Amino acid sequence: MEKTVNHKAWFLVLPVLVLVAFSAVIPLMTVVNYSVQDTFGQNQFFWAGLNWFRETLASERMWDALGRQLVFSGIILAIEVPLGILVALSMPKKGVWASVCLVLMALPLLIPWNVVGTIWQIFGREDIGLLGYTLNALGVDYNYTQGFFAAWTTVIVMDVWHWTSLVALLAYAGLQSIPNAYYQAARIDQASRWAVFRYIELPKMQGVLMIAVLLRFMDSFMIYTEPFVVTGGGPGNATTFLSIDLVKMALGQFDLGPAAAFSLMYFLVILLVSYVFYTVMVNMEKREGK
Amino acid sequence: MADAPALPASRVLPRVNARAVVMVAYLLFLLLPIYWLVNMSLKTNAEILGSFSLWPKDLTFRNYATILTDPSWYMGYVNSMIYVVMNTVISITVALPAAYAFSRYTFLGDKHLFFWLLTNRMAPPAVFALPFFQLYSSVGLFDTHIAVALAHCLFNVPLAVWILEGFMRGVPKEIDETAYIDGYSFPRFFVKIFMPLIASGIGVAAFFCFMFSWVELLLSRTLTSVDAKPIAATMTRTVSASGLDWGVLAAAGVLTIVPGALVIYFVRNYIAKGFALGRV
Amino acid sequence: MARITLEHLAHSYLPAPQSPDDYALKELNLDWEDGAAYALLGASGCGKSTLLNIISGLLTPSRGRILFDGVDMTAAPTAQRNIAQVFQFPVVYDTMTVRENLAFPLRNRGRDPAYIAERVQAVARMIGMEDQLSRKARGLTADAKQKISLGRGMVRREVNALLFDEPLTVIDPHMKWELRTQLKSLHHEFGHTMIYVTHDQTEALTFADKVVVMHDGRVVQVGTPQELFERPAHTFVGYFIGSPGMNLLPATIEGDRAYVNGIHVPLGGRYGPLAGGTRIGVRPEFARLSKDEGLPVRISRIEDVGRHKILRATCFGTEINILAAEGEAIPAEASRVVFDPANVNVYADDWLVAPAQGSAA
Repeated sequence: MEKTVNHKAWFLVLPVLVLVAFSAVIPLMTVVNYSVQDTFGQNQFFWAGLNWFRETLASERMWDALGRQLVFSGIILAIEVPLGILVALSMPKKGVWASVCLVLMALPLLIPWNVVGTIWQIFGREDIGLLGYTLNALGVDYNYTQGFFAAWTTVIVMDVWHWTSLVALLAYAGLQSIPNAYYQAARIDQASRWAVFRYIELPKMQGVLMIAVLLRFMDSFMIYTEPFVVTGGGPGNATTFLSIDLVKMALGQFDLGPAAAFSLMYFLVILLVSYVFYTVMVNMEKREGK
Repeated sequence: MADAPALPASRVLPRVNARAVVMVAYLLFLLLPIYWLVNMSLKTNAEILGSFSLWPKDLTFRNYATILTDPSWYMGYVNSMIYVVMNTVISITVALPAAYAFSRYTFLGDKHLFFWLLTNRMAPPAVFALPFFQLYSSVGLFDTHIAVALAHCLFNVPLAVWILEGFMRGVPKEIDETAYIDGYSFPRFFVKIFMPLIASGIGVAAFFCFMFSWVELLLSRTLTSVDAKPIAATMTRTVSASGLDWGVLAAAGVLTIVPGALVIYFVRNYIAKGFALGRV
Repeated sequence: MARITLEHLAHSYLPAPQSPDDYALKELNLDWEDGAAYALLGASGCGKSTLLNIISGLLTPSRGRILFDGVDMTAAPTAQRNIAQVFQFPVVYDTMTVRENLAFPLRNRGRDPAYIAERVQAVARMIGMEDQLSRKARGLTADAKQKISLGRGMVRREVNALLFDEPLTVIDPHMKWELRTQLKSLHHEFGHTMIYVTHDQTEALTFADKVVVMHDGRVVQVGTPQELFERPAHTFVGYFIGSPGMNLLPATIEGDRAYVNGIHVPLGGRYGPLAGGTRIGVRPEFARLSKDEGLPVRISRIEDVGRHKILRATCFGTEINILAAEGEAIPAEASRVVFDPANVNVYADDWLVAPAQGSAA
């Protein structure tokens, strides 16, 4: 659609601007402020320049957390996107069963995040949880508070449980938009199931899948509550992702300076990756709109 | 499920089955942990810790009674609902005109502004927890519902703008022009004509605002202590000197699922369309 | 290529159809001759797309059989029938190039690459897209995309029939004419059996050798454009084809005369006794104004459409149309209408009745 140039439109955006500025800019300024100062308590601050940034960049702790974070986000994207597509393809297209599936699938998305943690905390315990009890009964040594592998598996399975439906629902919405004629033409052309997926379904899902990947990347990169409830970041630092580490630093140890510097770099990484996604997405929409 | 099988009749049967198997397995995977929570909430602590059973042998509703009769428990739900509703109303109200501006007009810095808004959706709550605490304490809003509602606007307003903009783009501009020619003023046109046209979009945006505000804990816990404490934070109370009260914890968990389940049930026919965010 | 026979074919979308009303397609027997161009004409919802999908195998009929050259194909899947179909909205594989699109049906059938390349080249020439073979299909215009869908059908040399489901719906008006002409010349050149579904009579009449008119799930007439014009087998055909459609007046029939409100109208033949509601049908082309003979009319409006004038009139409460030549003067005192007896058709319960003796033709 052709848009008209109208600078008065600023007035329409003003409420959003004020609200978000209040919620984002002021706190962000606080963070920036902390990141360049040091304190010995009693609210006495002095200029520390870029020391905290230098220190954070040099600290193994931050790089470890970032590494863990990237591995985690990578793994859950690699599982959730294909699984979500598979589930979307398997869903009934219409009728009562489609509604039933939709409602049940959306359920995990509406559960408070710490309750998601609690559910898996209970489910995975070897004494009272179905999963932990069964695995141990089968002779698998599974304890998410002690085993590195068990902790990671639990956190990943939990995230898959929690968020795959989002990808599936987005993909399903994309699939629903494909006119029946495409499937009929494919039958006439004797296309294989794979060809139908590759040349009809996947191209039509492309847009929504980009949104899914973007949302999942952003949210998994910020994950805090769920793993914190289940593993508390442990065993050791095994599941200490960026947000968990940050909260430990800021609220636990009250190391405001390093925490602030850490925050800013953390935010920048997300911004950078998201910007790339966003640009790709906007370009794609433009191309499709043509 | 039998519609439009893309393969010859002889091969239809196995494929339909494969799809059903995937679906059933996935739903089972989703529901099993929830079932386990429900199962535990209906057991006594003695049964939970004493023996392992797939269903409650000694069915009890005592855990639910504990929560529903104790104000310090059930006020958690009330608090959560209050700030979630406040947040949804605020987010949609401010997002509507902004989304309209983005979908209809080009103006100075519009693209940068749009991306800047989206970046706030990308801001990790952990980064903002402490500054928020200080900000709201200094303006005297600490431990109020509005504080949490405003804090959640950080990620819900950009999301609402984004979703609504997608839906508004689908409404032909000629409708606006016709309305102006017919003598409608902008506010009257917006409320009387435009909003009904994007009603589904408003519904979707409200659904997402509700969802993200309801499930968030880090900020809502940081910004409250007693008066506006959300249910999710209240749940940590179950840890006491005598160990965890598993039954009550499970019951509280089950009760937090209920509002979400109700909302989903009401919007079930729009979920598929809604998740496309107006962008398909 | 093949002769397609439909035997006692009927289809209902309901699992257990009871009354005839439950059938989207009522029982029909029809032969599609090899190499002919057919149009399947009817208003939307009359069952023409259902019929098309049954022929292409996208739907399995509730009852009856479908034969290709005498071989029962009722249960055969689409791919085995060797049918090509062009849909209302252009279906192309967006991510592929034009060349890949055209090669797709052959590649899926595992044909030899050299053969594929040769066929793609040949088809690209037929549809006039040789210079765009390496382009991505995304972003092409609707008519180019429709040409590709057509090409995907014709690329298989052994294709039994080409089916078109309102293929020009989304095409610009001036491109419509061009594409239709191209289709017709392709038909002349290569002799495929073509079935063209449309609700547009101009499209149907200009494209087809034979037009199959459908109404309410039923085939009401199969005939050449001329037959449809001169002897509509059903009042629907009379009304649907022609612009404006046929005039219909309630009448009683006695031998070679019809009486409209007691006034005598001569007929072209002699009819036996008829049961049910009888009407006479006359095309506006065969009606003319008169001063002193025929049925009384009141002219309400005169429309000048260029080559001729359409007189809108009322005759005993029924709206009728009369065509007058461009230069023809319309006398002010003309208050009656006369029909050409040879072109007055008689309908009983909406179906054409043949005269018992004395052919009208």
